[in-house]
Amino acid sequence: MSRRTIAVLALATFLLALVAGLGTETARAQGGPIKIGFLSPLTGAASALGKDMLNGTELYLDEIGRQVAGRKIELIVEDTEGNTQTALTKARKLVDQDHVHILSGGLLASTGYAIHPFAEAQKIPTTYPVMSSDDLTQRKPAKWVVRTGWNSSQSTHALGDWVIKNTKYRKVAAVAADYAFGWESVGGFQRTFEEGGGQIVQKVWIPLNTNDFAPFLSQVKRDADAVFAVFFGKLALQFMKEYESNGLRGRVPLLSNGTTVDESVLPQMGDEALGTISTLHYSAALENPTNQRFAKAFEAKAGKIPSYYAETCYTNARWITEAIKAVGGKVEDREALLVALRKVELKDFPRGPVKIDTFGNPVQNVYIRKVERVGGKLQNTVFFTYPNVSQFWKYNPEEFLKLPLYTRDYPPCKSC
Amino acid sequence: MVSSEFWIIQTFNGLSYGALLFLLASGLSLIFGVMRVVNLAHGSYFMLGGYVGLSVVWRTGSFAAAVLAGAVAIGLIGIAMERLFLRRLPGQTLGQVLMTIGFALIFQDLALLIWGGDPYSIPVPRFLQGAVRAGALSFPTYRIFIIVVAVVVAALLWLALDRTRVGARIRAAVDDGEMAQGVGINVPTLSLAVFGLGACLAAAGGVIGGAFLGVYPGADFEVLPYAFVVVIVGGLGSLPGAMVGSLLVGLLDNFGKALFPELSYFTLFAPMALILALRPTGLFGRA
Repeated sequence: MSRRTIAVLALATFLLALVAGLGTETARAQGGPIKIGFLSPLTGAASALGKDMLNGTELYLDEIGRQVAGRKIELIVEDTEGNTQTALTKARKLVDQDHVHILSGGLLASTGYAIHPFAEAQKIPTTYPVMSSDDLTQRKPAKWVVRTGWNSSQSTHALGDWVIKNTKYRKVAAVAADYAFGWESVGGFQRTFEEGGGQIVQKVWIPLNTNDFAPFLSQVKRDADAVFAVFFGKLALQFMKEYESNGLRGRVPLLSNGTTVDESVLPQMGDEALGTISTLHYSAALENPTNQRFAKAFEAKAGKIPSYYAETCYTNARWITEAIKAVGGKVEDREALLVALRKVELKDFPRGPVKIDTFGNPVQNVYIRKVERVGGKLQNTVFFTYPNVSQFWKYNPEEFLKLPLYTRDYPPCKSC
Repeated sequence: MVSSEFWIIQTFNGLSYGALLFLLASGLSLIFGVMRVVNLAHGSYFMLGGYVGLSVVWRTGSFAAAVLAGAVAIGLIGIAMERLFLRRLPGQTLGQVLMTIGFALIFQDLALLIWGGDPYSIPVPRFLQGAVRAGALSFPTYRIFIIVVAVVVAALLWLALDRTRVGARIRAAVDDGEMAQGVGINVPTLSLAVFGLGACLAAAGGVIGGAFLGVYPGADFEVLPYAFVVVIVGGLGSLPGAMVGSLLVGLLDNFGKALFPELSYFTLFAPMALILALRPTGLFGRA
């Protein structure tokens, strides 16, 4: 055999091997597991929320035996450390190295805005169960991102309306965490409340690094009919306690968004939280059968009652598997999977019936809740339901989107 | 809005926050004074104290027991840290700083492992709840309690440092460690005791502060800058410095937040920079 023949043979063998390799690669991809990449803050200050998110996700996947449409589901979890830069790095790793079919999770609004362009560039079907910044599905929607959770002002629009129609409170002071989530939640409340004839008489913005609430709370106008508060995590815990010790509880009734009394902090609160009226698309105390079953199963798994973070990730996992079912397990067809994700409509999530609007945000019930002690434990008792609430409340989406995003100074505080 | 009522309430708030800062920072200052160790794990003592206190309150329901147990447990941890690790690096500032920050990170992970990531708040005994009313003003009882505790601790520390033999030795070691050693003062044992005491005070502050600041992951590095500002403003190693520094920082922080919330870091750190520029050793420090 001449040298030349050997060279040709070697080349041919090499090419064959390559082709064969590619073949098996494709075959493996088609029949292999469906990979879901999940971003969650498992270490750092937000790790408790991250664990709720993961527990909720795993609970649903375990219920269906980690299998859908004849294929196994592989959940690949990455820790974001509660840091947006890390989250983006991990998202890249999940897509580039692990070749996940769906990307999901994330906690911080900034993470949402960072993953948006990434998902668009990679054309990777992505769901956001937690990140709630309004503009992610309003003025800056992404084709490849579907929100399975909520947006910040969705539930506070409803509360503003409820307060006007059911109470005598007409002058309300807003006390809220000084960042996008606080601004958007207050903005939503302010818009519907003031359109109904109420007045926001004060906005007290509390920096996220606040240790001591006293300098802020002692400024709250004592003649306000009520206070509307927006906090989360340890800030919520401190706020509630300081609201009482600064002599406001009992004098000025307390209204709040959902996270201020979410089940992620409610069990650590005491009587100071009693009577708080709040608004969210979920409560662990919802009495529908799916939620009753979910809450019991979650408590058995995690040893605590489900927070909204847990429910939204449980629902998110179910949402994804419903979409996978709809495409017959062919997750490799990303366009089809995306269409299916945007078509999911179910009546029996723990939070109630959910469908999705054209901007990629859920249309769902918003519950008005009150903190009560039942059987020795605090809970958010639901006493009023706004069905099928859109992120645009009752406004026309086009007109709504012409107005600016709710910020620190918008809507302006005319009565301050 | 800026009425006399506002000034009274905000001054009271600032004083009570300063009182808590004193519990935290006095130990840090003493430790630096005697040992020249910049202890970046000092915030961890505050956080761990809070967590230990929390566990004790859950089991015994006693707030006093929680403060005591937190202080003793963390005091022992402080002693172990000094005896087993820091003592091996005498005079190596960089090595010590790295070691204490290493400990701080380990403590953070340990706390997460043991107590989980949920934020908690330490329940306060009934008689400390509520507020004392004076006309239109109301002062939270718990904050009055913090001020009382800080005044008592400050008085005891001052008596101990100024009126006892041990105190005289500590002052000698602060002034000139080598000379003190030379005249027969056992500086290593003294250092150990001071380190333990510093950790105790920070942990007690953690339990007491845990009732209104909360106990949560990350509390350690949130309070640490405040402790450093107090110590730098007041002067390293000086007890009067720690007292005045705490009050100043408490008031500055409080009025800064109440009057110019957007500038709250500026109103805290700008005076610090100014003091450092005019008096590099702090208000009461000696070169």
